[in-house]
Amino acid sequence: MSELLRSYLTVGIFGVAAIAMAGAMLTIARILRPQRPTRQKLIAYESGVDPVGGDWAQSQIRYYVFAVLFVLFDVEAVFIFPWATRLEVYGLFGLVEMAIFIFILVLGLFYAWRKGVLRWV
Amino acid sequence: MVELVWLIPALPLIGFLILLLVGSRIGEPRAGWVATTAAAGSFLAAVVVLAGLLGKDAHSGDRSYELVLFQWLPSGSLKVEAGFLVDPLSITMALFVTGVGALIHLYSIGYMHGDPKYSKFFLYLNLFLFSMLMLVFGNNLVVTFLGWEGVGACSYFLISFWHRRESAATAGKKAFVTNRVGDWGFMVATFAIWSALGTVTYTEIASSPAMSAAAGTAVSLLLFVAAAGKSAQLPLYVWLPDAMEGPTPVSAMVHAATMVTSGVYLLVRMNGLLTDDALLVIAVIGAATALFAALSAVAQHDIKKVLAYSTISQLGFMFLAIGSGAYVAAIFHVITHAFFKALLFLGSGSVIHGMHDEQDMRKMGALRALMPITAGTFIVGWLAIAGVPPFSGFWSKDEILLAAWEQKNIGPLLWFVGLVTALLTAYYMTRQVILVFFGEQRWDEDVHPHESSWTMTLPLCLLAGAAIVGGGINLPLVKEWLVLEHFLEPIFAHPHHFSSGTSTKVVLAVISVVIGVLGITIATLAWLFRRIPTEQLEPEFLENAMYVDSTYARVVSGPGTSSFQKAADFDKGVVDGAVNGVGAAVRKLGQLIQPAQSGYMRNYATGVAIGALMILVVLAWGLLL
Amino acid sequence: MFAPQLLGFVSPSINWWALLPQMILLGAALLILLLSSLAPRRSSTTFATVTTLSAAITAYFVSIGLWYDVEREGASSSIASAFGVDGFSIFFTMLILIALAITALLSHHYLDREGIDPPEFHALLLCSAAGAIVMAAANDLVVMFLGLEALSIAIYVMIAMHSRRSEARESAVKYFVLGAFSSAFLLYGIALTYGATGSTNLVHVREYLDAVVFRDQHMLMAAMGLLLVGLSFKVAAAPFHFWAPDVYQGAPSPVTGWMASIAKAAGFAALLRIFFAAFASHDSDWSPVVAVLAFVTLVVGAVMAILQTDVKRMLAFSSISHAGYVLVAVQSASNDGTAAALFYLFTYTLMVLGTFAVVGAMGSDDDHPLTRYAGLGRSKPLIALSLTALLLAQAGVPTTSGFIAKFQVISAAVSNQSYFLAGAAMVTAVIGAFMYLRIIMTMYVVDDDESGPSPVWHWTTSTVVLGTVIFTMVLGLVPQFLIEFAEQAVPILIRG
Repeated sequence: MSELLRSYLTVGIFGVAAIAMAGAMLTIARILRPQRPTRQKLIAYESGVDPVGGDWAQSQIRYYVFAVLFVLFDVEAVFIFPWATRLEVYGLFGLVEMAIFIFILVLGLFYAWRKGVLRWV
Repeated sequence: MVELVWLIPALPLIGFLILLLVGSRIGEPRAGWVATTAAAGSFLAAVVVLAGLLGKDAHSGDRSYELVLFQWLPSGSLKVEAGFLVDPLSITMALFVTGVGALIHLYSIGYMHGDPKYSKFFLYLNLFLFSMLMLVFGNNLVVTFLGWEGVGACSYFLISFWHRRESAATAGKKAFVTNRVGDWGFMVATFAIWSALGTVTYTEIASSPAMSAAAGTAVSLLLFVAAAGKSAQLPLYVWLPDAMEGPTPVSAMVHAATMVTSGVYLLVRMNGLLTDDALLVIAVIGAATALFAALSAVAQHDIKKVLAYSTISQLGFMFLAIGSGAYVAAIFHVITHAFFKALLFLGSGSVIHGMHDEQDMRKMGALRALMPITAGTFIVGWLAIAGVPPFSGFWSKDEILLAAWEQKNIGPLLWFVGLVTALLTAYYMTRQVILVFFGEQRWDEDVHPHESSWTMTLPLCLLAGAAIVGGGINLPLVKEWLVLEHFLEPIFAHPHHFSSGTSTKVVLAVISVVIGVLGITIATLAWLFRRIPTEQLEPEFLENAMYVDSTYARVVSGPGTSSFQKAADFDKGVVDGAVNGVGAAVRKLGQLIQPAQSGYMRNYATGVAIGALMILVVLAWGLLL
Repeated sequence: MFAPQLLGFVSPSINWWALLPQMILLGAALLILLLSSLAPRRSSTTFATVTTLSAAITAYFVSIGLWYDVEREGASSSIASAFGVDGFSIFFTMLILIALAITALLSHHYLDREGIDPPEFHALLLCSAAGAIVMAAANDLVVMFLGLEALSIAIYVMIAMHSRRSEARESAVKYFVLGAFSSAFLLYGIALTYGATGSTNLVHVREYLDAVVFRDQHMLMAAMGLLLVGLSFKVAAAPFHFWAPDVYQGAPSPVTGWMASIAKAAGFAALLRIFFAAFASHDSDWSPVVAVLAFVTLVVGAVMAILQTDVKRMLAFSSISHAGYVLVAVQSASNDGTAAALFYLFTYTLMVLGTFAVVGAMGSDDDHPLTRYAGLGRSKPLIALSLTALLLAQAGVPTTSGFIAKFQVISAAVSNQSYFLAGAAMVTAVIGAFMYLRIIMTMYVVDDDESGPSPVWHWTTSTVVLGTVIFTMVLGLVPQFLIEFAEQAVPILIRG
């Protein structure tokens, strides 16, 4: 077996161990715990609030747009953080590059704003 | 200046494109003027190129200039270029093609007046001119073939131009079918030349080593089949008389002056390949055609049919010249014939026009007073074709007869046939002139003949001038006067020289003049003075052109039809059956795999996964091997 | 652990000049978005079209300059060998720019007619063109993937922009999901390539493969297979073609034309660069697989085409069979074959754009039945004639560029001794011709019940149709210059 595949074997063993452990915990709990179900106990747990309505609820489309915008601008942080940690090394070149990058993102935000995406109507 | 050769075909092409795009919009008469300008410009370009060619040294081979535009069909060892070859032969052809062509364009402006398809007519004329020039200037057989097919196509379009007339449509079809036989010869000859010499370019063919005698004869005969189709020689001539269904300018340009001489051009161009055996065949068929057509012309009543048979007969003369090895004489006659035959056709068109579409000579007569210019110019044409010195026809015909006399094997016989043809030619042309322009008036009261407009008479006058002095380009006896012969000399593999002494030449010339005058005299006695009963002079046998055409028709419609039917049945049953079977099988296969195209994304994703698996399996299979 | 100077960042040398074409395109995209967001009202279509056109033309002139640079100084590569500057990349850049200009012209009238927001459409079009150029020029698999996603994501949105039509949305979702699916294959292939050769850079891959003899090449084989799957999906080769008919049918016609031409051309560019250039030493491994794909694609494309009744679906299957021909050229793994593929892609791109120009003008209703073309020969003779010319070219009839293209492909296959495949290509060409002739027959022979179809015509459309028809016919007679162009554009991998 090649070196590479051997390293995957380790991963595989880890996976099996994880599944076995979780399975064992749940099984042991099931065997040990007392089981006296009431109607109240079988209600889905909603952080202590009583659930209202079905589980197929619609949410505002505006949330979706905001979520997409958030993800878009959130991702830029993935690029900006590593750059920020090595700012001096990248020097002027890096600064210009990052300026262009942020400029394009700002342009996107500007466009979204002008098209009325940010307005909560 | 020689480099400008591309302009010569380009101008008619531009004219064609203009007419194609806006022809019907600009209408009459502007469409005609556009076409005429293009043709005239092409002529001027040809003159410029000629001047450039003359400026080069005649003997060092400089007078052969190739302009290669691009590689056209690079395919294996076959390299075909789209290129032009300018040499004395092609420029000579181009000069009279564009010159006569331009005049006929001008003439058509008046002739086609009022036709509903006015602009389309000029579109075809320009396309024809372009194709003819491609034929002439092509530097290899394939480009020439392109032009060859192009002129053929234009010829069919123009013959059946008035396609609502049943006879015109049929005539077009007939020309098409007959010409295919000739085209077959051209194609097979091209293949044969390529396989024997490995090239189809003229200059390379000329410098190639000779083929074996058998192959050479075969190729020569195939080329002659091609030429016989296009130039209406026995037995493929039958389409030309019917081609007179087209408008008269078409008859003048396509079916008298230019296209029908392309067979002569082809053989002269390929002169280095023609073997002695083949030349003998060509000479015999040429002579036979000349005699046969002249006999048929004697008894025609249609003013254009006479000229059509006369054209076939004169083409026969040209092939007689080629067969006798006298290529210069052939080209010389091509040129003079273009002048006087175009003149005669245009004159007949003028008559037809003035007589309100009457073509039967029995209903004409005494028109000379009413149509003086037409009559005068027609008479010039008549004297030229009848061989009366010093008109152009005399010089070229005399040279052909001399060449025939000197033919090695059966010279005197060929000469005699030519002489009889000359007699008949003088006779039937005199008959025509008398029937149309002299004698008593035979037309109906309600017909009012009139002279045509200047656009029609001007070309007549110019052509008449050319028909008078055209012989001057190649006068015999004095060596320096043989301008055409010296000009064309570089293109011949074996230049031809007359061996006869001056005395023989003079005697032969005198005989031919006497014969011509004799023919004119007989016709005058018979048709003007009515000294000879004319009924016997028009035997039905000759009026029907010895029934050749009707025999063809009977064979084709009788046993021919049944064998065609069998071929059609075979095609329908076996060939179509196979094709349909394959088609049905393909359809079945498609229906078999169609369910995979279900429209469901999950199935498509499965397809991708299966495909991936397939690829991996194939790769793994490769590894295992 | 490391000395500080080793950590110092040295930016790779960058040939900005070579990157200029796609920078112009992206700049134009940003400009369009910026100006349209500044404009008070709905901005005009003309502005967007003109900007896109001028960007395409400017970039085209830059590429001409680049071409002469490469001719003079030889091929090179830039940004640490990640970006190739050779005849191949410039060939595709030029092709993409021509197609971009044509698509911009075509969409001009279409966007107005269908009420689609022009700035967004054009910005996306420019982005996808830039992505396609990156894909064709990338010498690094990761950069190539970046180009591919830029191209594809823009196209997903362009399809969906016709939001009032549910078919368009369905197409977009189908293409998006399946495209993402196939991207996964491609990515896995890239990862395995890295695993097998230690680099994603094609120059390094090539050098490594030339130098090393594998004892065990399972991983390399798997890498090749998965890369092939991902790219075959993009070029719509069977059996990865299933999306094509549905998506082509549902997408707006200008986008369909763009997908059929440029998405395909860019996919083939990547395929050729990876397989022909980088995996050259293993051509005996991948060539048979490509041959099998080519065969299946040819058969499926030709056979399925004749069963269709919808013109856009017919053309979708026809574009599948065209992919089959290009694959026939690719599998020959020779310079001749690659040149034939390039020639084919160039001529095909223009043919297909012209064809979809006519199709787009014939109306944008949800389906596009063949019967709509009945009687077109009489009611609009010029349009019918142009479409006939383009379809005959696609069928590969002599005197059109399509004939020369097919001829080159088949002759490359024959000189590679793939006689079976060459035969299959000829047979399927005949089967495929049936479909093209059926459209032509419908236009001329079938009688229409009413006054005949009345396409919506605009001068931009006529310009495109006329231009593509002229190009197609002229190239059928004078193919030499493009043949030579393609021969000089064979990909070269050079360390830069």
